[in-house]
Amino acid sequence: MSVVTGAGLWLIRLAYLAFALFPLFWLVRIALTPDALLYSEGTTLWPSEMTFANFAYVLEQSPFPTFFTNTVIVSLGTAAIVTVLAAGVGYAFSRFQFAGKRAVMVFLVITQLFPLVMVITPLYQLLAPLGLVNTRVGLVIVFTAFNLPFAAFLMHSFFEGIPRELEQAAMIDGCTRFQALIRIILPLMLPGIGATLGFVFTAAWSELLFSLMLISSEDLKTFAVGLLSFVGRSGVDWGQMMAAATLALIPPAIFFTLIQRYLVGGLTAGAVKA
Amino acid sequence: MSIGADTRAATGRSPHLARRRLPAAEPYFYLAPGIALVAIVMLVPLAVGVSFSFQNYVIFRPSARGWIGIANYVDLWSDRTFWLALRNTARWTFWSVAFQLFLGLGLALILNRPFFGRPIFQSLVFLPWAVPTFLSGLNWQWLYNPIVSPLPGWLAAVGILDEPRNILSDPDLALYGPITAMIWWGIPFFAITLLAALRSIPQDLYEAAAIDGASTWQSFRHITVPFLLPMITITIMLRTVWVANSPDLIFVMTGGGPASSSQILPNYVFTTAYRALDFGYASALATVLMVLLVIYSVFLLFVRGRLGQ
Repeated sequence: MSVVTGAGLWLIRLAYLAFALFPLFWLVRIALTPDALLYSEGTTLWPSEMTFANFAYVLEQSPFPTFFTNTVIVSLGTAAIVTVLAAGVGYAFSRFQFAGKRAVMVFLVITQLFPLVMVITPLYQLLAPLGLVNTRVGLVIVFTAFNLPFAAFLMHSFFEGIPRELEQAAMIDGCTRFQALIRIILPLMLPGIGATLGFVFTAAWSELLFSLMLISSEDLKTFAVGLLSFVGRSGVDWGQMMAAATLALIPPAIFFTLIQRYLVGGLTAGAVKA
Repeated sequence: MSIGADTRAATGRSPHLARRRLPAAEPYFYLAPGIALVAIVMLVPLAVGVSFSFQNYVIFRPSARGWIGIANYVDLWSDRTFWLALRNTARWTFWSVAFQLFLGLGLALILNRPFFGRPIFQSLVFLPWAVPTFLSGLNWQWLYNPIVSPLPGWLAAVGILDEPRNILSDPDLALYGPITAMIWWGIPFFAITLLAALRSIPQDLYEAAAIDGASTWQSFRHITVPFLLPMITITIMLRTVWVANSPDLIFVMTGGGPASSSQILPNYVFTTAYRALDFGYASALATVLMVLLVIYSVFLLFVRGRLGQ
């Protein structure tokens, strides 16, 4: 490869990096800027002084710790339940031929097609008599259902990457199929399980509309709703808002960074077999 | 073919009767909990939602509630905001998905070759996908604000804008704000699925092609592209549907404004349902969007089926 194409490639790589990271860099930059300098120094790349006052305010004097806890509970709960249920669906798709298999697959694809805004009201009417409106449990149930189809597709792909011979051998040695699944297959599936957990956690962390419609109590609100009400208040305090946004970003960023290469790996394995 | 049958044939052992009968029911046992939940939480509300579209259902006029046939759909025809929102939905979806596809494919091709620092590079360029959608919206809303961000200045400097102003308050340009945010956020998803597809291409194909004297372009055209196409079509389908159905970014960034100029159908549905409180009409709008997406998906899956032959 010539020097010119090498340099060109690096330019392209750096352009991608800049596009991906600049917005996040700017978020953190404003969060660290003292209020007094925000307007006087204009939009220079870095302020002449740094402060953590905005972060301190958000953590100590705003309801954000509550929003944060709620979002962690709801997202972790959703991710865990979705992963277990999706593993079942993915396993059935990958290892069995059965009547109605195609119909179930088509059904899962169809669920991806309809506008969520359409089901909010009927869903509310379904959950209200069960006492699930304005509860974290209600949110987890709804998020679980909506994240399950894609997670099942992911899990299917991960199972395809694991040779059938392994569980066949285990069953010859006297394991039941279920024992083979738990003892042989699941340990090999750990990267796939991690990837699905991370993917769903990130999605649940993002969810806005259902949280907006289903949760009304201040102490049950998730981050998305909390941050929006923050923005809606008059007299926007940029520094505090961006500090809150930065904090909201940390858990999914860590989670996703840890699992992203397993996501690629698992989908690769599925693609080879499919 | 059941694997249980193989096992029995291989070992010659006679399994317990109970276990022999299991295989017929077994897949449903794994499948049922997940599918049942999806059916109850998604399908039932969907059916109820569609039924709203054939009713007069305005919250503050409960006495007027009743079946009205296709009247809501007839009203659509002469609703100018509907047609505007429909055009905007097409624009929003097309530009978002087109740029995500090309930039995502480019990124996947870059990541498919080893280079110094690739693992770190990969986790950094994938980071936008981890950013919650509403936060991406807020983030880009702030980036387009000339008071706190250099971006409008840069856009003016390269001649895209006449002066450093906020495009989100310009009716002609407002929609491009959420579109940039959507592109930024969605590139990693395309890159992840296409990178996975690239890695599954057998390397010996390229070696054989090289021995036969194929150029890099010929290899790309005749090996890479055909292998990628099934994954590309399925990813385009999923992303198109998700993007077309996704009101979050526009809700956060422009609220559909100024003056409905960046209104897309999901947001119009939301506004109709929760500002005008007209659930019947909102459901008719949503049903039309859904039908269009179903037609689109069936068409794309048909094309994918043809490609596979």
